[in-house]
Amino acid sequence: MAKKPAADKARQSYTSEEVLKYYRDMLLIRRFEEKAGQLYGMGLIGGFCHLYIGQEAVVVGLQAAFKQGDAVITSYRDHGHMLACGMDPRGVMAELTGRAGGYSKGKGGSMHMFSREKAFYGGHGIVGAQVPLGTGLAFAQKYNDTDGVTFCYFGDGSANQGQVYESFNMAELWKLPVIYVIENNQYAMGTAVARASAVTEFHRRGESFGIPGKPVDGMNVLAVRDAGLEAAEWCRSGKGPIILELKTYRYRGHSMSDPAKYRSKDEVNKMKAEHDPIDQVKNLLINEKLVSEDQLKEVDREVKAIVQDSADFAQTSPEPDPSELWTDILVEA
Amino acid sequence: MTEQTGRNERRLTIARAMAEAVAQEMRIDPRVFLMGEDIATLGGVFGNTRGLVEEFGPERVRDTPISETAFIGAAVGAAADGMRPVVELMFVDFFGVCMDAIYNLMAKNIYFSGGGIKVPMVLMTSTGGGYSDAGQHSQCLYATFAHLPGMKVVAPSNAYDAKGLMTAALRDDSPVVYMFHKGLQGMGWLGTEPGATVDVPETSYTLPFGQAAVVREGRDVTIVGLAMGVHNALKAADDLARRGVSAEVIDLRTLVPLDRDTIRRSVAKTGRLIVVDEDYHSFGVSGEIIASVVEHDLRGLKAPPQRVAYPDVPIPFSRPMEQFCLPNPAKIVQAFDRMAQA
Repeated sequence: MAKKPAADKARQSYTSEEVLKYYRDMLLIRRFEEKAGQLYGMGLIGGFCHLYIGQEAVVVGLQAAFKQGDAVITSYRDHGHMLACGMDPRGVMAELTGRAGGYSKGKGGSMHMFSREKAFYGGHGIVGAQVPLGTGLAFAQKYNDTDGVTFCYFGDGSANQGQVYESFNMAELWKLPVIYVIENNQYAMGTAVARASAVTEFHRRGESFGIPGKPVDGMNVLAVRDAGLEAAEWCRSGKGPIILELKTYRYRGHSMSDPAKYRSKDEVNKMKAEHDPIDQVKNLLINEKLVSEDQLKEVDREVKAIVQDSADFAQTSPEPDPSELWTDILVEA
Repeated sequence: MTEQTGRNERRLTIARAMAEAVAQEMRIDPRVFLMGEDIATLGGVFGNTRGLVEEFGPERVRDTPISETAFIGAAVGAAADGMRPVVELMFVDFFGVCMDAIYNLMAKNIYFSGGGIKVPMVLMTSTGGGYSDAGQHSQCLYATFAHLPGMKVVAPSNAYDAKGLMTAALRDDSPVVYMFHKGLQGMGWLGTEPGATVDVPETSYTLPFGQAAVVREGRDVTIVGLAMGVHNALKAADDLARRGVSAEVIDLRTLVPLDRDTIRRSVAKTGRLIVVDEDYHSFGVSGEIIASVVEHDLRGLKAPPQRVAYPDVPIPFSRPMEQFCLPNPAKIVQAFDRMAQA
């Protein structure tokens, strides 16, 4: 289908295939996370488990700007990023249940997974610690004279870490091709941004280093995509790093152990009712008659089947063999 | 700092030997690059990167901002992408500001990825005191790094080992913490130990990790040390020899992996063990070496093992106070005397 302008935003153009793919990818993340929440509740997933529900448009929109040779790195709220990178839902879910078939053979869990094949470099458990690593990935891309860009994700909580600013300085000094994606979901664990940040406009956090930044509606996948394409172009043209502040919202608690009593139910419900990223795309698909209802139902069925399959796999994949405990501590020659 | 002798030897300092190993590897492997504070234009505070920026240019030999977390973290990221970074952090004492990048990221990403990610990086840093620089510039902290799984730990005592261990580190797919003692570097202002400057082959070579060296053979007592401790042990062995005591001296060379077999074999022969360590006394290398022997076999011991280590105090500035604390040959001889009375 030919590109056609969106009704309200002349700048946004899209094909029905693109929009349907965004819908499908976001729905996969949401259903996957809902299933992970269920398995956690059943005691099949241990430790901490940080769900991405509500923030799906961020990673799905930005992956639309991803090209071969790019790299992605994020924190511990990472399941959505892995799925968006095209990692196998079975391997991700089985890592959540700590099984041998998981991406890290059960040694990493929810917070620690990698796939060089899919250019996903973790999955890191310490707030903000992935930001220097992402800066180093961009260093390698520039050193090797590739066209690659690193998408380095972190949250509004991480944005108050000192190492973020060390990284900003180095990235601008060396003109590294890195997009610093600040997922501002309004809460650092239970602390609202205004209670923790002297300046809450996170896109301005690069000003003293000369790094440009842009606020983006992180609940609108098309707006995210456009910002991502623009930012990637900035990096690919050799202009150095750029900051995107994605204003988004997490529906669930910080982790599964957080009942989120620091905010009102009304606040959450209002966000779900008025800004849900998946509903927005679904409405667009229906209102603009981009797809038939049957097509949507087919996507729903496909996603449900993938998620169920991953959950089945995650419960039947064997527990890791104890001998695995002693492998991969160092690289064996 | 190269000194030609009449016997066609090429004597190098540890600093020169390290730089030579790095340069030789950089010539054949474009993935190797250096980052650190004042390693390029200044040439490295301890001389071990001298000449590299002139040969390889500022892209590959890169001065960084004083942002240790960022550049060590960046090295971990670049290594995950197949680069082979060599990173210097001037003093081991400074690791407190960036420890997370080391022990939570560099040391764990191989494991956490189920082996899917390699971290081929070398983190080099200076250790040791003796020149009145007080407790934020004189520590060794060997045990701190050896204690934490996921990284190899190297501490050479002489230039020959320094070059071979560096080349091996550069070719290793695991992270290696390369700890060089300031007093062995061949920098005059640090009070250089002459025994560290030895003949070094010009061609590239590697030394295997996890193989301690018996640097002096003996029958009556085993003295185990690393880095500066080896030189103190050798001097003590000379003193003991004048009294008719035959001391065997073992240079550990690497802490991770640790060559426990060589130590056990030696103690089985001598029946006595002294461990020399400039790191703090408690919970450290000396305790680990002794435990490795006694948990294996007590029967061969003729006396309780002894340790000559740094007392559990912050390192003082005052010269007499610092010298009072440091291991030295006389303390090692006294340790032997305590055992002889046992």
